[in-house]
Amino acid sequence: MKAHAIAPALLAALASPVAWPQAAHDALQPAGPQAAHIASLWWLAVAICAVVFVAILAALAWALWRAPRAQASTPPEISPPPAAERRHARGVAIALGVCIVLLVVILVGSISTDRALASLPLQDAVHIDLTGHQWWWEATYDDPQPDRIFHTANELHVPVGRPVIVTLHSDDVIHSFWVPSLDGKKDLIPGRTAQIEFRADRPGDYRGQCAEYCGLQHAFMALDVIAMPPGEYAAWAEAQRRPAADPADPQARRGRDLFLSGTCMMCHAILGTTASARSAPDLTHVASRARIAAGRLANTPENLAAWIHDPQAIKPGANMPANLLAPDDLHAVVAYLETLR
Amino acid sequence: MSSRFPSRARHRLRAHGAAWLCVALALVFAAGCERETRRFDPKPVPSDLRTQPQSLPDLQPGQPGPGMRETASAGRYDEKSAYEVAQGKMLFRWYNCSGCHAQGGGNMGPALMDTTWIYGSDPDSVFSTIMDGRPRGMPSFRGRIPEAQVWELVAYVRSMSGLIPNEAAPNRDEGLGGAPPESMRKPQPPKDSDAKVGG
Amino acid sequence: MSAPRETLRDGDGPGSRAAETLAMTWRTPKGIVGWLSNIDHKSTGKRFIVTAFAFFLAAAFLAALMRTQLVVPDNHFVGPDLYNQLFTMHGTTMMFLFAVPMMQGMSLYFVPLMVGTRNTAFPRMSASAYWIYLVGGLTLYAGFLCNTGADAGWFAYVPLAGPQYGIGKRSDFWNVLVNFSEAMGLMVAVDLATVILKMRAPGMSLRRMPIFAWATLVTSIMIIFAMPTVMLGANLVQLDRMLGTHFFNPGAGGDVILWQHLFWFFGHPEVYFIFIPGLAFISSIIPTFARRPMFGHDAVVLSLISTGFLSFGLWVHHMFATNVPDVGKSFFTAMSLMIAIPTAVQIFCWIATLATGRIQWRPPLLYVLAFFFILVLGGLSGLLLGSVPIDLQVHDSYFVVAHLHYVLIGGAVFPLFGAFYYWFPKITGRMMDERIAKWTFWIMFIGFNVTFFPMHILGLHGMPRRIYTYAAQSGWGTLNLVATVGAFIMGWSVLLFVANVLAGLWRGKPAGENPWGAGTLEWSVASPPPPYNFVRIPVVSSREPLWSREEGAPTHVSGLSAQTREGLVTTVIDALPDVRYGYPQPTIWPFFAALAVSLWLDWSIFSTQGFVWGLIPPAIAFIGWFWPREKATAEALALEKAP
Repeated sequence: MKAHAIAPALLAALASPVAWPQAAHDALQPAGPQAAHIASLWWLAVAICAVVFVAILAALAWALWRAPRAQASTPPEISPPPAAERRHARGVAIALGVCIVLLVVILVGSISTDRALASLPLQDAVHIDLTGHQWWWEATYDDPQPDRIFHTANELHVPVGRPVIVTLHSDDVIHSFWVPSLDGKKDLIPGRTAQIEFRADRPGDYRGQCAEYCGLQHAFMALDVIAMPPGEYAAWAEAQRRPAADPADPQARRGRDLFLSGTCMMCHAILGTTASARSAPDLTHVASRARIAAGRLANTPENLAAWIHDPQAIKPGANMPANLLAPDDLHAVVAYLETLR
Repeated sequence: MSSRFPSRARHRLRAHGAAWLCVALALVFAAGCERETRRFDPKPVPSDLRTQPQSLPDLQPGQPGPGMRETASAGRYDEKSAYEVAQGKMLFRWYNCSGCHAQGGGNMGPALMDTTWIYGSDPDSVFSTIMDGRPRGMPSFRGRIPEAQVWELVAYVRSMSGLIPNEAAPNRDEGLGGAPPESMRKPQPPKDSDAKVGG
Repeated sequence: MSAPRETLRDGDGPGSRAAETLAMTWRTPKGIVGWLSNIDHKSTGKRFIVTAFAFFLAAAFLAALMRTQLVVPDNHFVGPDLYNQLFTMHGTTMMFLFAVPMMQGMSLYFVPLMVGTRNTAFPRMSASAYWIYLVGGLTLYAGFLCNTGADAGWFAYVPLAGPQYGIGKRSDFWNVLVNFSEAMGLMVAVDLATVILKMRAPGMSLRRMPIFAWATLVTSIMIIFAMPTVMLGANLVQLDRMLGTHFFNPGAGGDVILWQHLFWFFGHPEVYFIFIPGLAFISSIIPTFARRPMFGHDAVVLSLISTGFLSFGLWVHHMFATNVPDVGKSFFTAMSLMIAIPTAVQIFCWIATLATGRIQWRPPLLYVLAFFFILVLGGLSGLLLGSVPIDLQVHDSYFVVAHLHYVLIGGAVFPLFGAFYYWFPKITGRMMDERIAKWTFWIMFIGFNVTFFPMHILGLHGMPRRIYTYAAQSGWGTLNLVATVGAFIMGWSVLLFVANVLAGLWRGKPAGENPWGAGTLEWSVASPPPPYNFVRIPVVSSREPLWSREEGAPTHVSGLSAQTREGLVTTVIDALPDVRYGYPQPTIWPFFAALAVSLWLDWSIFSTQGFVWGLIPPAIAFIGWFWPREKATAEALALEKAP
């Protein structure tokens, strides 16, 4: 009657990599030690819970099967035989004892996983300062040498095998940093500074998403964490530190002029130009990103043009207004942005 | 209902009453609530990029260059929508209006929360002030700030001296604020101004 | 001021002159004014039940809209603004306007009958609570229909619900709704706690009290401790929003997390306000359908009490992702795991009761058996959530959506539907159709699991809560489609249930006093019960008064007045007769007072002046309510002098 054994098996099957090709945001496919610790605890706890679940349903099924049928008029058993009652009381006590032991096992596992999470070696860590805005992520890669600090948005690159310490601030409401393949989540709370540490042990593109309801576009406040081999990471970071070069192409130059004389520079910054506003994502290296609009769209010229033309059609309620550029002006701006690698 | 009324008449009365109540409720609900309107698709007006804009001062934020010509669209201003005013407040911060106007008390630029309006306090005047700029330092933001956002700023600026309905005005700021929340400011009725420019 | 010429006493059986006089004394007042003045606990209870069920249907409809929006990726059925209002309204309605009022309504109806008295202790207060609740719920929905539906989530975290980011009046409506519903909750809780402690039938010592009454007592005391916290928090947010205070403004010395603490200190016990009555339903139904008293009755009662205590120590498990100190978080993990123990005790006792009984296979039992599958699965996922590291992964994801629906629907809604089938004959005097009931059960059970089981997996695959849509590349589309299909299956089962209720009201078989052969006192009176409940207040000498009694023990109380509304107050522990208590007459003042309080609260949404001047109508209403009535005072005095 009750499919008591199917649920845990189904859970395991559906969690397997074969069924789900998108392994980039899966808490059960850890790509780093933090998520791996949590996944180990998960499997232990789920195993215990599955055993308990099956046992309870089996006991219920046994109870229902062995008890005789009755009607409303069947006289009730007012004084059940005390010997049988004592036997059953012992059974209940034993079952309870087993449950308590299992709960203690889960508790011990939980606390030791907590300790494992807190003891990630942090030498030679990459320091990122992440500020959550409605509805995008502002990232500053810190460095003891001030001229090596650089800004980016919505996409973090991290080196494989090196710890990453992310300091979390919020500019407005509560957000939450969650990259399930790499670690648990941590809230970005205005007025508080939180910190999360993780390490990616495999190169790949790990998707994260804001996990605390933060308003109209909470659904599309994604964050990509791209883990690269250390050499590639160093090259990427060097490229990010460089200001935007003057474009050679005349269409791109016209696009740059439009960018700087229109609405774009009022909110966006491009290092190497006079645009230095910080209300919106930094665009100095926008063309190097895999996605735009906080992970909403793949970074292609067509998507960029559509986004610039009418962001509200793609993310209603986002703080970027529609732009009144004529078609060839729009293409010029997009051409310029495409040079910002 | 006392038993003085015969039963059928009572039923009719109740049915009519219920019907009128439904009609009244439907009207109320259909009217909705202007305070809560949130428009996310301002349907921008196409522009002619090569036309030089009309602006009073030479000052323009960032590099000068061919801006985007916009036309004032009637009926776009909405000071009853709390969302529009809140967006205006956000943009006041983003576009660094407080760089000259502080939090409304004025600095290099005049105070925005008092009774003095040099160029007029009505929405069209304030719109023109922001779009065209004004002599002696107010830049022209034509082509820099989309028109829909300028209307939001207009609504916020007027709220700073309590000129818009109190319900739509912003409440307390998060963070260290100075002045009382806009919704709690006593209305400062605009005095006649010295310069009869614009308006 | 003259004493009545002859004082008629109760104590004679049905059909006697005293019984007829009793019927006259306790009769339900007529007409619209009479309907508004009715303070019979059964009438108040029915109003709560019907209104709460209407809100349940409304919230279920909102959920159907949500699931329709989420059925495929990048859907445009509703936009983000409306979706945010939908899930906020769904959660707020279910938690504040359906679950707690429904459970309180069931208790209001059945507790006086179960403990053997004629009305609750403060019937006017509960009647007033109902009207406050009704107007509060309507206020919230009026806002929703005017595009002012609360949109910051049912938990309304600041700063999103605060003065700067909670734009417009949406969060103001939510804060005021909290005041409405918590006022209601507190008023009914005080009433129920008093009737249980002080007005039980003689002989019904605490050890003989039915488990349902124990559960109601525990829930009521929990409500008294927990609800003021959220009222305080909501009012502090209102002060921030309307007066510019800085309670939650970190820039001026406040703290955003303060709201989370205040809310969840209430919020966690809140789910137990809903869950414990569900346990109570099960503990009422299983003995009847196993034809034996509850195995381990004392253990079950102690488990309920300890659940009540422990539930106050869990609240930070909703905040594991914040940066509260990690050491403290582990304590809350331990407490969250510990609360499984009393629930396990009850589950094992129920299984033992069934194993050693004789099973009557009827619909109420079926719904109760669903608990063992659904709630146990939900409780186990709760253990997973109680562990900090696992919670850090699945917090605020669809895993939590799955968990909360498994525990709430498995632990409260399924038992509630079982309770509907069980007690419908008592309330209406008719039976519901059993074949339709079985169909409804299976469709609901299957639909529920198809809807919510996939959400566990969605959460593990990174799908956060409260998102209005998702991209196709996320890979979440298939499971969301399955969940939506399940949701519509569940929706059909609810509609089928409503049809069964209506059919039962129209053409159900007459039920008689005790169609299930149950043992507690409510089954000793007619179906539906007369306004005075018992012709003669019973005296009990066992836990199941209808199943057994002590030889030679008295069977009923006689000597209470039949001409005035009188009841018996007994001692707390052993229920020995203590004093006589004069119940109030039906009066319309509770209704006026509720309207006045509602006006005050509604006005204060829009104006701080309203908060001050709006206090005048309630002042007038309460003065009218409590003004001493000469006639009643004279009668009571006369009874005192010549009992």
